[in-house]
Amino acid sequence: MTEVQAEPAADALRTPRVETKSRHWPYLDILIALAVFLALAVLPLLSGSKALLDFVIRCAAMGLFATSLNLLVGYTGMISFGHGMFFGLGAYGFGLIMQRTGMPVPLAMVVTLAITAVVATIIGAICVRLKEIYFAFVTLAFQMLIHSTILSWSSFTGGDQGLRGGIPRPVFLGIDLSNHVHLYLASCSLLVSGLLAMRQIAQSPFGYTMRMIRDNEMRARFIGIDVWRAKLAIFVLAALFAAIGGIIMALFVSGAYPEFAYWTISGEGIFINMLGGVTTFLGPMVGTVLLLTLNDTVTRLTEYHGIVLGIVILFFAIGLRKGLMDFVVEWYAHRRDGEGGRS
Amino acid sequence: MLEIRGLSKSFGGVKATDNVTLDFADGSLTAVIGPNGAGKSTFFNLITGALRPDSGQILLNGVDLVGRSPPEIARHGVGRSFQVASIFPSLTVQETMLAAVCSDQRRAGVLHRRFPLAETRERAEHAMELLGLAGKRDSIAATLSHGDQKLLDIALALVLDPKVLLLDEPTAGMGPEERWRMIDKVRELWETQKITVVFIEHDMDIVFKIAPVIVVLCYGEILATGTPDAIRNNTAVIEAYLGTEHAGVPA
Repeated sequence: MTEVQAEPAADALRTPRVETKSRHWPYLDILIALAVFLALAVLPLLSGSKALLDFVIRCAAMGLFATSLNLLVGYTGMISFGHGMFFGLGAYGFGLIMQRTGMPVPLAMVVTLAITAVVATIIGAICVRLKEIYFAFVTLAFQMLIHSTILSWSSFTGGDQGLRGGIPRPVFLGIDLSNHVHLYLASCSLLVSGLLAMRQIAQSPFGYTMRMIRDNEMRARFIGIDVWRAKLAIFVLAALFAAIGGIIMALFVSGAYPEFAYWTISGEGIFINMLGGVTTFLGPMVGTVLLLTLNDTVTRLTEYHGIVLGIVILFFAIGLRKGLMDFVVEWYAHRRDGEGGRS
Repeated sequence: MLEIRGLSKSFGGVKATDNVTLDFADGSLTAVIGPNGAGKSTFFNLITGALRPDSGQILLNGVDLVGRSPPEIARHGVGRSFQVASIFPSLTVQETMLAAVCSDQRRAGVLHRRFPLAETRERAEHAMELLGLAGKRDSIAATLSHGDQKLLDIALALVLDPKVLLLDEPTAGMGPEERWRMIDKVRELWETQKITVVFIEHDMDIVFKIAPVIVVLCYGEILATGTPDAIRNNTAVIEAYLGTEHAGVPA
């Protein structure tokens, strides 16, 4: 006989709860974001290192992508293996529009996001009703489909050579994105405002609907939540932020390459989330900085960087059983509670 | 008024619910009993939309619920709790209540404001008071005791202001003392909230003590319906289920 029953509670315990208590003052997030942006903005004045600015731009692209993936994985419990397709879509969409139409940059960004929203709605409508592993693999299948399309439609996308010849970046509002510092500042402001927007989503009533779906989808249905609609909404929202990451990447390399839409990008997103942790909002951002730092240093030291990265992820997955931020927050909470107990 | 008309559901030839016709008057308290596999939980799953009946009607104040999805039926005013407490393990008691009220107010999709919404506080507070969970508002649901998780499950149904409350074995897995506390709570909720309550229960002492109306299910069919006295003296029920232990003992 079919009985509707609760998911085992232990299942949800895997993602321990470590919410920060900033809810009493929502403007705190905005203040922190402003402070971070100012700190990033003075960086070019303090250091003449182009490599450092490049590093931050890459962190902005991958960080937005990884954080958007966490909205699906950590907040809603939807493990997508194909999220990278929207990163690729953002890069190619933006690159193609700029190369072929000469639209102003901001308009091209908006159009790219609109296209991403349409594609994500169609793919999401097919995927969100699927259960865990099927959802993971069907999203992966769509990623492969988009990647193959890019490879085979070479008259439009440049095939395996990617979009070459550079992406034109006409000056708008005094901002010249072919200027390295301008590009850096634009990336930082996209990163900070993107993170703020995602933070708002996570802390909104909808953010709690997402948590309920993650914890116990069946129960959420019985208190009146249209689970499929909510899942589709967050699937599309997360795709938009991934596309912004792709746009930053396309601007950075002044092109778009098939690897941007390959499954390894999705893999890197999952990898970053495992490194940084999915139970805090900033975990993926920390993971991004970790992974890119590791990538840069390890590839300089050895050609076997895959082995080193593999060992690192095994350490986090099997050793710590959580991401770095999860570990830090739990350790902090433990210490605080310990002191509270003694006093 | 909840009216069930000719409700049937089979699983591969086994009739889990067989032509059930029943009325639950507004503000009534009804116990559903029956041996394991009698179709009690299936009956609840049919009413709440978890399962789709093969035939029959489920009318809540004249509106047919058959074919509607669980969220729609919940919004029509049918709340339920589960045999195994079904909660949101990582949310606190208070967050659970606030988020549930958000859903009931059709604000589960609000993006531009911060959780929790001020207009959800009063109802969340009220539900926590009713279930005696106010003192544990900041406890994470997964860390609550078994009994409190069951209460939270019921609170989740009650906070939606349902017209009909379906409780699937509210006392499952509890010790004797805790059972009585829980059932007193159920009775108190029924008396103070003036809602229609239907509960599944295995403990016959409890059923005969507090339920004004008892429905006996057996192999998906209604074996008997009536007051505790009528059920106690019903020969079919005695043969099929009760044995002689409870038979004929004056109330």
